[in-house]
Amino acid sequence: MKRRLLVWGLMLLAATAGGVLGLQAGPPALAPQTDAPAPAAAAVQRGAYLAVLGHCDGCHTARGGAPMAGGRPIETPFGSVISANLTPDRATGLGDWSAAAFRRALREGVARDGRRFTPTCPYPNFTLITDADADDLYAYLRSLAPQVQPRQTGSLRWPYGTQAALAFWQWRYLQPGPYQPNSRHDAAWNRGAYLAGGLGHCAACHGARHALGAHAGPFALDGGTLPAGGWTAPALTSAQAAGVAHWPEQEVVDWFATGRTPRAAALGPMADVVRGSTQHWAAADLRALAVYLRALPQHTPVAEAMPAAEPATLELGRKLYEAHCADCHGAQGEGRAPAYPALAGHRTLGLASPANALRIVLGGAFAPATSGHARPYGMPPFGHELNDAQLAALLSYLRQAFANGAAPVSTLQVQQLR
Amino acid sequence: MPLAWCLASAAGAAPPVPDTMAQRLLACTGCHGPQGRASPQGYVPRLAGKPAQYLLNQLHHFREGRRANAAMTPLLDTLSPAYLQEIAQHFAALDLPYPAPPASAVAPAEVARGLQLAQQGDPAAQVPACAACHGPALTGRLPATPGLLGLPRDYLIGQLGAWQTGLRRAASPDCMATLARRMSAADVSAVASWLAAQPVPAAAHPQAASVSPAPLACGSVPP
Repeated sequence: MKRRLLVWGLMLLAATAGGVLGLQAGPPALAPQTDAPAPAAAAVQRGAYLAVLGHCDGCHTARGGAPMAGGRPIETPFGSVISANLTPDRATGLGDWSAAAFRRALREGVARDGRRFTPTCPYPNFTLITDADADDLYAYLRSLAPQVQPRQTGSLRWPYGTQAALAFWQWRYLQPGPYQPNSRHDAAWNRGAYLAGGLGHCAACHGARHALGAHAGPFALDGGTLPAGGWTAPALTSAQAAGVAHWPEQEVVDWFATGRTPRAAALGPMADVVRGSTQHWAAADLRALAVYLRALPQHTPVAEAMPAAEPATLELGRKLYEAHCADCHGAQGEGRAPAYPALAGHRTLGLASPANALRIVLGGAFAPATSGHARPYGMPPFGHELNDAQLAALLSYLRQAFANGAAPVSTLQVQQLR
Repeated sequence: MPLAWCLASAAGAAPPVPDTMAQRLLACTGCHGPQGRASPQGYVPRLAGKPAQYLLNQLHHFREGRRANAAMTPLLDTLSPAYLQEIAQHFAALDLPYPAPPASAVAPAEVARGLQLAQQGDPAAQVPACAACHGPALTGRLPATPGLLGLPRDYLIGQLGAWQTGLRRAASPDCMATLARRMSAADVSAVASWLAAQPVPAAAHPQAASVSPAPLACGSVPP
């Protein structure tokens, strides 16, 4: 806590100093691109695939908006940021950006005009992207039809969006530079590390962030909390969370390609990632990702004795389960293949945070409709039917009956997470 | 031993999950009523029997931010255009009876005004009759104009209000937004009350596509 205060204080000092003294000694503006040649077709095609790998449109396309034209609000713990227009419009997009300016933006978080932008765009990951890939991505973006999308400022609280604060953040937390292959691992592992750590930016959600919003680097996959929607992104470094070291390689590939396997489906924000990105990945890239994720060092949490829920709570939870859940998920939580996953032993129920299980019960869910799993079965929302105490009892029952006695959930927790 | 094992597992096994759209769409019918037949008592609109193109338009409106509903948008976000189409066709094809309308306690003057708006419109305010587009029996018109009967009063008021404020939008030109903004709050209440109080005629179906021009151009209805 003291350390956090110190860091925050330093940032505040930097922001104040920057503001008072008018210090603008930032990165230089790069010359505007004036007569860019039309991008080569092969580069555009490679770049289009890279944009899919990076799921760029997940943030850079607004609901109902033109592809890559930005304008989508992105929630952060520091306020909202509006995604940028990546189409080649001169006034509001990347029209006057050179390839060098685009590369610097990916690698260092600095716009063509020299202004630093916030790490909401995950440049701590994108910094790993090779020059060749950055240039292909640039070629693809230049091939799009220009769209006018006036820049919006969002609602970042002072001082987080100031140039001085961003200079401090980048100095303290960003390690710029492209991916360096690790010679102790084979080509597939290195490709997987490049994809997960770089364009795929898994750490943006799956990395734990500290008070100033930085994670432990582009390969941090120790489990994070999403600021919007109340979801958590479980750790990929634990078999109890979302680690896949113990899954067969083919199952990992199938999960990313189709959005589900018999034991788990991608729901919530990860369903968007599968639908918009990983279902379209080339087979070799999915295999590389699986190789890398399966090789991640796994941590076994220290087993703690969890408190048992009150008998009356468990009894209420059991009744609610029988009334609302057992038809599909089975009286013993055994599930009904292929539509409804088993809840007995389901990892989502055993996560330290009940947030994801609560979100699924509240809002219902469909697994993503992918070419490999085109017509998913849906789960109805129960948010309008169950009150906070009932939700707490149901979740407590699910966690204690089916997830090796995970901690019970209080009504207060439901109120906070809801 | 194998026989005993077979018997034991057969006794404990749940029946197979039906490979049907109805089973897949339990996520929808939890709120929209069994078979998408939500009654006019609550707020949630019925889906069964509405024109498929209308339902598909709404699914895309929710996904693309032209309709706002905290439950609908995240549920639809992960589905494909092909699956959305199949969902729309499933509910459109359900030909099921309607319940009687709930009792209405609206003053006679308001009933008369609602009837007038639905059947004649208000030419002075440039508000066409509902029946001019939604069919003479108000049971909808193919391919994309929904029926207006059998819906909750609160839902109808909510939609007209959302068009007035821009919270609900449709393809341009947005005919419903245009005419809703020409209506007073009293007229919105009157027409919603009247519509919600009407029994739905037996064998109510959307009418065949109109051959005469609509009183207002609608971007959602292909010309």
